[in-house]
Amino acid sequence: MAATLERQNPYSEAVVTGLWREIPVFRMLLGTCPILAVTAAVKPALTMGLCVIFVLVCSNIMVSLMRKGLRPHVRILLFTLTIATFVTIADLFLRAYQPRMSEVLGPYVPLIIVNCVIIWRAEARASNSGVLLSIVDGLAMGLGFTIALCVLATIREILGTGKLFEIQILPTAFPAWAAMGMPVGAFLTFGFVLGFINYLKKKPA
Amino acid sequence: MDLVYTLLTGFVSVVLINNLVFTKFLGICPYIGVSGRIDMAFGMGLAVTFVMTLSGTLTWMIDHWLLMPLGLEVARYVAFIMVIAAAVQLVEMYLKKFFPSLYESFGIFLPLITTNCAILGLCLFLVVWGTSTLIEAVVLSFGGGIGFTIAICIMAGIRENMQMVDVPKALQGAPITLITAGLLALAFMGFAGMI
Repeated sequence: MAATLERQNPYSEAVVTGLWREIPVFRMLLGTCPILAVTAAVKPALTMGLCVIFVLVCSNIMVSLMRKGLRPHVRILLFTLTIATFVTIADLFLRAYQPRMSEVLGPYVPLIIVNCVIIWRAEARASNSGVLLSIVDGLAMGLGFTIALCVLATIREILGTGKLFEIQILPTAFPAWAAMGMPVGAFLTFGFVLGFINYLKKKPA
Repeated sequence: MDLVYTLLTGFVSVVLINNLVFTKFLGICPYIGVSGRIDMAFGMGLAVTFVMTLSGTLTWMIDHWLLMPLGLEVARYVAFIMVIAAAVQLVEMYLKKFFPSLYESFGIFLPLITTNCAILGLCLFLVVWGTSTLIEAVVLSFGGGIGFTIAICIMAGIRENMQMVDVPKALQGAPITLITAGLLALAFMGFAGMI
């Protein structure tokens, strides 16, 4: 049934692909660098997710608009320049309106430029589809990316500090696992979440 | 003497204490994807070290001698990514012409380095750390590459052995690699008190 639905409607297919079937981080293992770096707490993770959605949608629109004029050998360069431009916009915006957040995220905002998710979508979707479909695709993929960020950040923030959004939710007697806020916690949480997803996938439905 | 001391501590710090892979999470993609065999990991590490030193130095020069005097810091990211792409292209052409066998063995890795976040990440961290002299920038970017090579080689060695281990089904592949990386990161934290 799902197959027939796909053929009828590329838009819903794009949404399903972005949010579940090829959810960038968990299924495709793309864009892992910010996943590990900014997920010590939920707030920076959410900010990062919003930045990625913005850049992804804008670059998808641009690439889709110029898809007729693309030449194979300058393609990647053009993609990268487009993405870099929008990342600069997002970075300046953050610095102006969320200076504290901008400091926390540091160079990981400009590092969105080399986030493989964005260039992957430019290559796989925007360079051969219409503008509207590219927008839907960008939104779905960006949302999938943000969800992944938030899942990891929630686990790490709750276990690492006993708080969520800086509000205490575990009893204060809970010993905060300092390691969860450090690189160690990032790698371990990501590893176990991936393992859990594999487990769900392999279990016969 | 002071300069030598600064450079040496900077180098050790960027190789061990601020290792790009284990503390800054940069270059994780090739780290998970490539590090299956030690010789390939070493080749990748060398290629990254080379490009990193080159682009770290070039971006520092452009940033300090061109963008800052002109007040064009806004264009920093665009300029950086172009420098890196160009450096990779140059290296690729150079290797293809003069060291074809080396070029063959690098294969797909070379173009992939353009989007290796470790390279751009290092160039950006040079800005964040406030690197003030050219020689410091050169040493730090070289150290970053060495740190990456060490990390990717250790990982490849562990993974070669892991093929003989009975890993739980759900954790096979990427998950166990990440968990191993986590344990390595824990070990690398031990270097934190060195300087």
